Amino acid sequence: MHAYANPTRFLSLARPLTLWFLILGLALITIGSAYGLFYAPADRLMGDSVRILYIHVPTVWLAMGGWTAIAIASIVQIAWRHPLAAVAARAVAVPGALFTALGLITGSIWARPTWGTWWVWDGRVTSVLVLFFLYLAYIALAFASSEKGGVSRVTAIFGIVGAINIPIINRSVVWWNSLHQPASITVGGSSIDSAFLWPLLVNVIGFSLLFGAIVLMRMRGILAETKVEARLKRMAAE
Amino acid sequence: MKAKHQRLALAVLALVALVGAGLLAAFALQDQANYFYTPSDIVEKQPEVGQAIRLGGMVQKGSIQRADDGVTVTFTVHDGASFQPATYTGITPDLFVEGSGVVADGKLTADGLFVADTLLAKHDENYIPRELEGIDMTGNMTRTDTLVE
Repeated sequence: MHAYANPTRFLSLARPLTLWFLILGLALITIGSAYGLFYAPADRLMGDSVRILYIHVPTVWLAMGGWTAIAIASIVQIAWRHPLAAVAARAVAVPGALFTALGLITGSIWARPTWGTWWVWDGRVTSVLVLFFLYLAYIALAFASSEKGGVSRVTAIFGIVGAINIPIINRSVVWWNSLHQPASITVGGSSIDSAFLWPLLVNVIGFSLLFGAIVLMRMRGILAETKVEARLKRMAAE
Repeated sequence: MKAKHQRLALAVLALVALVGAGLLAAFALQDQANYFYTPSDIVEKQPEVGQAIRLGGMVQKGSIQRADDGVTVTFTVHDGASFQPATYTGITPDLFVEGSGVVADGKLTADGLFVADTLLAKHDENYIPRELEGIDMTGNMTRTDTLVE
C-alpha cells in the first residue's frame, strides 16, 4: 500500500484510470437512463414517476458510500499515516455532498406525486438531511485546516465520528415508523420487478464509476496544488 | 506492539464505541422518532379527543367510500391487529388505494372517528409494472418475474 505513497507512482495509475472510469461511467449512465426513461414500464401505482428511481437510488447509495470511504480513509490516515489517505478523504467530500443533495432533490420530486408532499420529517429523510449537513461541516473543517494537501487529524476524527449516521440512515426505516418505504434491495434479494431492476443496476455501476472518476480528478488536483505550493516556496527561498 | 498498530487499535476502538453509542441513542429514541401512530398505538395510548395525532397504517380492502360531494372519503386504517375508521375531505394522492399504506394528520372525535386534515400515501417496497396490474398485488417476486419473461 505504501508503494503508492509516492505521488508519481500514484499518478501514473490514476491518470489512465480517471479516463476509463469517466468514459465507462458516462456510457453506462446513458444506457441505463435511456432504457429507464423510454423503455422500462410505468409502475402499477406510481406511473411514470417511478423513473426517478434510476437517479435517486444510485445518488443516495453513493452519498452513503462516500462517507463510508471518508471514515475508512480517516482510519488509514490516523493509523498508518498514509499521505494519500488524507488527500482521498478530502477529495470525496465535495462530490459526496453533491450526491447527497441530488438524492434529496430527486426524492423530494418523487415524493410530491407519490406521498402527496414535498417534504416530511420522518426518520429516513431527516437522517439523510443530517448527512448533507455533516458533509458541509466536513468540507468547512477540511478547508479551514488543510495540511500538505490533505486534511488535519481533527478533520479525520470528525470523519470517523460522522460515520455513526450511516447505520442510522440504513436502519431508520426498520426501527421507526417512517413514511419512506423499507429497503427494496437487500442481501437476500429484491422486491423490485426485473423490468425496473436492470436499468437501475446499470445506473448504479455507471454513477459509481463517475463518482470514482470525480474523486480521482480531485485527488490529482489536490496533489498538483501541493506541488505548485512547494515549488513557489522553493522559488521564494532562492 | 508497534505504534502503528496501537493507533489502529485505538481508532477502531473509538469507531466501535461511537457507533455503538449512536445506535443505542437512536434505538432509545424509538418512541419519539416514530413518524406516526399505528391503530394499535391508539388503542394502547388512548389519545384524548381533539389532540393532534398522526395515524399510519394500511387502508383496509373494500373500506374506501367516496361521499356524493366528490371530495369526502371515509376509510378504515388497520395494522393487522386494530382497526381505526377515518374520514378526509380533499384531494387524495395517487397512491391512496385500498391495501396500500397511508399516513394522516388529524384528531379523534368523541365517537372514535379519526378526522384527517392532511393525507399522505406511503409507498411500499414493491415495484410492479403497470402491465402486471391485478395479476399479483402481493408483490411475490418469484411469480411476477416469470410473468415478465
